[in-house]
Amino acid sequence: MKAFTRGTSTVAYVPGVNCDTDQIIPGRFLKADRAEGYDKFLFHDIRRDADGNLDPGFPLNRPDAQGARILLVEDNFGCGSSREGAVYALADAGIRALLAPSFGDIFFNNALKNGIVPVRLPVTVCEALADHLSDNPDAAVTVDLEAAQVVLPGDLGAHPITIDAFARDCLLQGLDEIEMTFTYLNRIAAFEADRMARNPWLGR
Amino acid sequence: MTQASDTTPRTLFGKIWDAHEIMRHPSGQSLLYIDRDLIHEGSFHAFADLKRRNLRPRRPQQIFGIADHYVPTLGRSADDAASPAIARMIRTFDENMEWGGLRHFGLSSREQGIVHVVAPEQGITLPGLTIVCSDSHTSTQGALGAIAFGIGQSENAHVLATQTLWQMRPKTMRVTVDGQLGQGVTAKDVMLALIARIGAAGAGRHAIEYAGQVVRNMSVEARLTLCNLSIEAAARLGMVAPDETTFRYVAGRHYAPTDQEWDLAMAQWRRLPTDDGAPFDREVEMDGAAIAPMVTWGTSPEDAVPITGRIPDPASFASAEKRKAAAKSLEYMDLAPGTELDGLPIDRVFIGSCTNSRIEDLRAAAAILKDRKAAIPTIVVPGSTQVREQAEAEGLARIFREAGFEWRQSGCSMCAAMNGDVVEPGERCASTSNRNFVGRQGPGARTHLVSPAMAAAAAITGRLTDVRRL
Repeated sequence: MKAFTRGTSTVAYVPGVNCDTDQIIPGRFLKADRAEGYDKFLFHDIRRDADGNLDPGFPLNRPDAQGARILLVEDNFGCGSSREGAVYALADAGIRALLAPSFGDIFFNNALKNGIVPVRLPVTVCEALADHLSDNPDAAVTVDLEAAQVVLPGDLGAHPITIDAFARDCLLQGLDEIEMTFTYLNRIAAFEADRMARNPWLGR
Repeated sequence: MTQASDTTPRTLFGKIWDAHEIMRHPSGQSLLYIDRDLIHEGSFHAFADLKRRNLRPRRPQQIFGIADHYVPTLGRSADDAASPAIARMIRTFDENMEWGGLRHFGLSSREQGIVHVVAPEQGITLPGLTIVCSDSHTSTQGALGAIAFGIGQSENAHVLATQTLWQMRPKTMRVTVDGQLGQGVTAKDVMLALIARIGAAGAGRHAIEYAGQVVRNMSVEARLTLCNLSIEAAARLGMVAPDETTFRYVAGRHYAPTDQEWDLAMAQWRRLPTDDGAPFDREVEMDGAAIAPMVTWGTSPEDAVPITGRIPDPASFASAEKRKAAAKSLEYMDLAPGTELDGLPIDRVFIGSCTNSRIEDLRAAAAILKDRKAAIPTIVVPGSTQVREQAEAEGLARIFREAGFEWRQSGCSMCAAMNGDVVEPGERCASTSNRNFVGRQGPGARTHLVSPAMAAAAAITGRLTDVRRL
């Protein structure tokens, strides 16, 4: 996994509560090989017209959104399907952090596994940031995972990042979780042997 | 491992979690032992990851593969798939299962079906287990008293390689539904009413336990529907305490324990239900008698109202973001505020999905059809090949065919809309599935979520219809 320590970027605001993973990547693109890049599928159907051309009104298509590595989104972002393709699309488009009042649980975990920092902020803070960005599209936000805080522009202040310490460590180090878990193999094997002894039908 | 003492009352969730916690990392996450990992065609990314690392599945006998998302419903071979790319997904699944040495139910297998229908049906899902699958509706399987939740492909690769998963312990929420459900009111309606009340983000980061008289009186099939929709309230998972209804359901299923092992299992399972006085982080209470057949009008499952209701005016919502969302939903759905839901014309009906494709769902739909004909195109997609066979043996398939419904082969079909079965742009579909998201059933498709009986009623009249009037 790609490590994340801190980053500063302009922010693109994609409004809409309950933005589900079907919006982030429609199901028909999930057949694609990751090697070909998932960025072209990001928000595909709401970002393009029926002919596949980019809608200039969609936030990510505006000139001032190019280069933004942080997205401001709304409540329950990434709800719905567990498809990790939604996170692949964001990661392949260069997005490294997401700011929202809340996220879909599975999406939240998927983001962490792909080096994207999902930051939960109070809804009032998100609204204030959206207001600020409408007048200051070039305003930058710093996501400082080491210090566990986001620094917002203007007088919006700094706010804590409430990712648990385990996930934060993994992100900071770009840790490979499978490799790390293998260091506990003895404990897993002992637990497993005990579990199978009590529930022999599980392993047949 | 930190075990609460025997005298501390614990929840069903807490007991199963504690029994699977191998260790807790100093930073708070638990390393959980996973009893069952269920694989479907979308898992190809996880297999690519394993191959890249030169790893093999650690516990092949605890991993089950079931083809469902991409399988055709008009044939039983990859050659029947709607496109070469879809056929390739099915073949890749078969290849990965062979490569991993995994038991799998391909689309020609008699055990094929939707993973969340097949796993309980085969006794792969049992009380007290931890079950994961890279599908959000894995929450369905908590109906048998298990911790069952959806994961992504990175997590799936972790489970395949280690048979464990790092997880933060969710908070707990008990939803108690007391009283009696009225005639024509089902588990689907209970959940749409709950989601409308607490919101699509309402149970975020919580594990829900469903309790109360209504839940105790439900069949396992209805409980599967209940738990299925937990994810639409943003819950991590849903569950129901195992009881005699559960044990009767599980007994004799293919992968369920037998003989002395059954007695051993039962001794464990009887200890699972939540102890009196065990604390929950949140409690929600609902009066079953106050719930009517429900229908969604918008593009989030929380946009649900009783069939006797009207489409709300966006201006009536309390927050600016809800007003904006409602206006956007109505524009996509091409609906005007104040319109009565009962009588709204629709174009097609879909009966199927992991929410509502079990035999009881098909019986409920068929019961509405006696001597009536479909007014609009309707497809019925059973949840598994065994459900299909049972429906044929019971004469339900004949009732569907005589009513003019299309009787298909099992699969996810028009719910995930990945196998080529789609609702056409602009069409309005009454659907027993779980998501009315923008474009979920195909680009431009408009979905109204309803119960199987309500779907059958809509098929007959060509309109959303209060099934209690038929």
